[in-house]
Amino acid sequence: MKWIALPLMVLGAALPWSSYAEQNEVNLYSARKAELIEPLLEKFTAESGIKVNLVTGKDDALLQRLKSEGELSPADMLITADAARLQRAKDAGLFQSIDSEVLNQRIPAHLRDSTNQWFGLSQRARVIFYDPAKVKPEQLSTYEALADDQWQGRVCIRSSSNVYNQSLVAAMIDDLGAERTQTWANNFMDSFARPPAGGDTDQIRALGAGQCDVAVANTYYYGRMLKSDGKDKAIAESVALFWPNQDGRGTHVNVSGAGVTQSAKNKAEAIKLLEFLVSERAQQWYAEVNNEFPVVQGVALDPVVAAWGEFKADDVPLNTLGENNQQAVKIMDRAGWR
Amino acid sequence: MTGTHRPSNRRSKHKDFSVALVTTVVALVLAIPVLSVLWHAVFTDSSSWQHLADTVLSDYVWQSFWLCVWVASGVLVLGISCAWLTSRFEFPGSRVFSWALLLPLAFPAYIIAYAYTDLLDFAGPVQTSLRELTGWGFRDYWFPPIRSLGGAALMLTLVLYPYVFMLSRASFMTQSGLTAEAARSLGASRLRTFWRVDLPLARPAIVAGTSLALMETLADYGTVSYFGVSSFSAGIFRTWHGLGDMNGAMQLAALLLTVVVVLLSIERYSRRRQRVDQLGLAPNHAPPKLQGWRAWLATGWCTLPLLLGFLVPVAMILSWLWQKPPSLDEEFVELIGNSMLLAIAAALITLSLAILLSWLRRFYPRPWIKPAVASAGLGYAVPGTVIAIGILVPLAALDRQLNAWLLELSDWRPGLIFSGTVFALLFAYAVRFMAVALNSVQAGMSQISPSLDRSARSLGHGRWSVMRRIQLPMLTTSLLTAALLVFVDVLKELPATLILRPFNFDTLAVKAHELAADERLLDAGPVALTIVLVGLLPVILLSRNLRHPRSDQ
Repeated sequence: MKWIALPLMVLGAALPWSSYAEQNEVNLYSARKAELIEPLLEKFTAESGIKVNLVTGKDDALLQRLKSEGELSPADMLITADAARLQRAKDAGLFQSIDSEVLNQRIPAHLRDSTNQWFGLSQRARVIFYDPAKVKPEQLSTYEALADDQWQGRVCIRSSSNVYNQSLVAAMIDDLGAERTQTWANNFMDSFARPPAGGDTDQIRALGAGQCDVAVANTYYYGRMLKSDGKDKAIAESVALFWPNQDGRGTHVNVSGAGVTQSAKNKAEAIKLLEFLVSERAQQWYAEVNNEFPVVQGVALDPVVAAWGEFKADDVPLNTLGENNQQAVKIMDRAGWR
Repeated sequence: MTGTHRPSNRRSKHKDFSVALVTTVVALVLAIPVLSVLWHAVFTDSSSWQHLADTVLSDYVWQSFWLCVWVASGVLVLGISCAWLTSRFEFPGSRVFSWALLLPLAFPAYIIAYAYTDLLDFAGPVQTSLRELTGWGFRDYWFPPIRSLGGAALMLTLVLYPYVFMLSRASFMTQSGLTAEAARSLGASRLRTFWRVDLPLARPAIVAGTSLALMETLADYGTVSYFGVSSFSAGIFRTWHGLGDMNGAMQLAALLLTVVVVLLSIERYSRRRQRVDQLGLAPNHAPPKLQGWRAWLATGWCTLPLLLGFLVPVAMILSWLWQKPPSLDEEFVELIGNSMLLAIAAALITLSLAILLSWLRRFYPRPWIKPAVASAGLGYAVPGTVIAIGILVPLAALDRQLNAWLLELSDWRPGLIFSGTVFALLFAYAVRFMAVALNSVQAGMSQISPSLDRSARSLGHGRWSVMRRIQLPMLTTSLLTAALLVFVDVLKELPATLILRPFNFDTLAVKAHELAADERLLDAGPVALTIVLVGLLPVILLSRNLRHPRSDQ
C-alpha cells in the first residue's frame, strides 16, 4: 500500500486543505479572468501589504458557491464581468451595503448600485464594426436599424447564450418595451450572415475576411487586435468602428464590477481593495491593458482607445440590465436566435 | 450465494453483510450528486419550464440526438475497423498504429475544436488561400462549416474513438482468437468471420466503449458552446446562466439523466442472455501479412484518425507557439504540479472504489447492489457543472451543520472542510469518472471465469484471499487501463474544477480555458500543448500495455 500512501502524503502537504484565511488578507471570488486581475492585485499587495487570495470562475457558478456556503463562505468580495450578475448577486442577498466616501465620489451614480451594494470598475462598449469598402458610415445608425431589409444576410454576431448580447437586448427592452424588442429580434434573424457562433474576435475576423459587411462586438477585442502583431492587426486595421445610437439613448455599455459579500470576514481590507481598484493608477492600468473605458472621470484613456473618438454612452441604470436579462433571453429564444 | 464448500457460520455471514452494507453506502455516496440533481428537479419549481418547452426544448433534444447518432457512427466505424485491422493483420505501420491510435485520447475536445476552427473557419488559412487561389468571395463557394453540428460531432469523434478502439482491440486480441481461427478453418472468409464471429464476441466491449463515448458527448459543453450547437448540455447552461433559473437547469439535467438510464437499461436487457466466457488466450503466432493494395489501404485507413485526431491539431498548436513563443515560469510549473497531483490522487481513489464496487457486485449478488453500483457510474453522462452543483449544495449544507454543531459543543468552527477544499474536487472526479473505471474493471472481471473463483474457494481461500491472490493479478491490465483513463480524464476536466477548486489553486485545464475564453488562443497554445504532453505519458504506457495484453499472466 506504500504506493498509495506516498502520493497522498505529498498531496496532503501540497494542497490547501483549510479554507480559512489568516489576518490581513482578502479572499476574492472573481469572474474576471486571472490574467486581467492578477497584476492589479499584485500591485495592491505591494502597496498595502494585504494579501489577496483568488478563485476565478464563471459568474453564476461563483454566485451559486457563495449562496451554498452561506455565512461560512470564506469570500470577502465578488468581482463579475457584467452588471446583470452583480444585480443577481444583490437580489440573492449576497452583498452588503458599503459606505465609502471614496467610492461614492469617484464612481458615477449610474455605474453603481443605488444602495451601494455593488460598484462598477470598468466600462465596456458594444459597438458596430463595418467594412469601409462595402458600407458607408452614413448607412449605419442604431442597433435597431440592423434589422432593416438592407442588412439582410450581412451581419455577424455571436450566439445569444453570450451575456453581452443578452445585456444589449436587455437595454433595448428598457428603451423600446418588450413587444417592439420582440419584433426587432424576429426581423434581426434575417440579417445574420451565418449561424451565430464563436467569440467577439471571431466576428471581427469574419468581417475582415468578407463573410459579412457589419459585425457587432465589444471594443476591447478590437483594441487588442489593433495592438497585436500578427494577421489580426491587419484585419483590425481593415475594418472601422461605428458608435451606434448616438442620436438616442447612446451606445450600449456594460461594466465589470464588484461587491463586498454578506459573509465578509475581512470587510475593511475588501473596502480597501475596492478603493484601490478605482484609484487613478488602477483605472489607468485597466484601461491600458484591457482597452476598456475607466469608470472614473478624467482618467486618461489608452491612446489606441482614445483614437476611436468621443461617444455618448447609454446611461440606463445598470441594475435594469440585470432585471431585464431573463426577459431578453426569452425574447431571443422566441425569435430563434440560438 | 454461489456454492461454497466451506461451512458458513454466523460470524462470516455477519461479516458478509457488513461488507455489503459498507460498499452499498459507498455507491450511494457516489450517487449523491446525481440524486441531488434529481431531488432538485422533482421538488423545486422552475419559472421557465413552459417557456423552454414552447421554444427551445425540441432543439436541445434533436441536436443532442443527432450529435449522438453522428458520434456513435463515427466512433464505431473508426474504432472497430482500426482495432480489427491492427489486431488481425500485419501491414506497414501496424505496430505503430496499435499504440499511436490512442494518442487523440490526450486531447480535450474543446482544444481540438479551437485548433480546427483556427484552421478551417472562413477567416482561417485554408479558406483564405482557397479564395486567393480562385478569386472567389463569400457565397461563391461551399465549404463545410466547421462550427456546426457536424463539426462538433467530428471533433468529438476524433477524441472519443480511442475508447472503442482500445476496448474492442483488447477483445479481438484475447477472447475471440481461437473462435475466429475455428471459423476460418471451417472455410469462412475473413470478412464473414469478422461479421459472424469477431463482432458478436466483441459486442460487450464495443458497447462499453461506445456508451462511454456517448456519455461524454452528452456531457460535453466546451465544444458545443464554441460551435454554437444547442445541445442539451448547452441548454442546461443557458437556462441556468441566461434565464437565471437553476431549478429549470436541474430539471433539464434530470431529463437527460433519465434518457441515459433508459438507454443503458435497454442495452443491458437486450444482452441479458449473452454470456461471453473466455476460451483461452489467442494462439501465439504472427498474424497474416497484408499484401499490395490491401496493405496500403489498411495503412491509409489507420493513418486517417491519427492524422486528423492528433497530428493536425498538434501542428496547429505548434504554429501558435511559433507565432508567440511561450515563457516557462514558476506559475507554469505549479500548474503542472497541481494538475498531476489531482489526477494521480483522483485516479487512485476512483480505482480503489471501482474495485470495491465491482468486487461486491460479483461476489455479493444481492438485488439492490446492481442498481446501486450502476447508479454510481451515472455521473459520466452529466455535465461536470451539474455534478459540481450536485456536490456543492449538499457538501456546503453538511459543512454548515457541522460548524453549527461544533460551535455549540466547543468554541471552534473549522470552516468549509468539505466543500471548500480539494476534498470536494476529488469527490467530484470520483463521481464524474467512476463509469470509466467501473467499465474497465468490470470488463476485466467478466473475463475471469467464475470456475476459477470456485476452485480457489473450494481449496479453502476466503473471498479476500481470492481477490488478492487470483483476481487482482489477473486484472492488472484492466486496472492499469482504468487508472490511466481516469488520470487523463481528470487532467482534461474543466467545469467541475472551475467551480470547486480552493483559493489560489489553478490547473492546466483551467488556465487553457481562461485564456481561450478570453479569445486569446495564441496564449492558450502552450498550456493546451502541456495538457496533451502530460496526458501522453499515461497514454503511451497504456498503449504499451495494449500491445502485449495479459503478458503479466
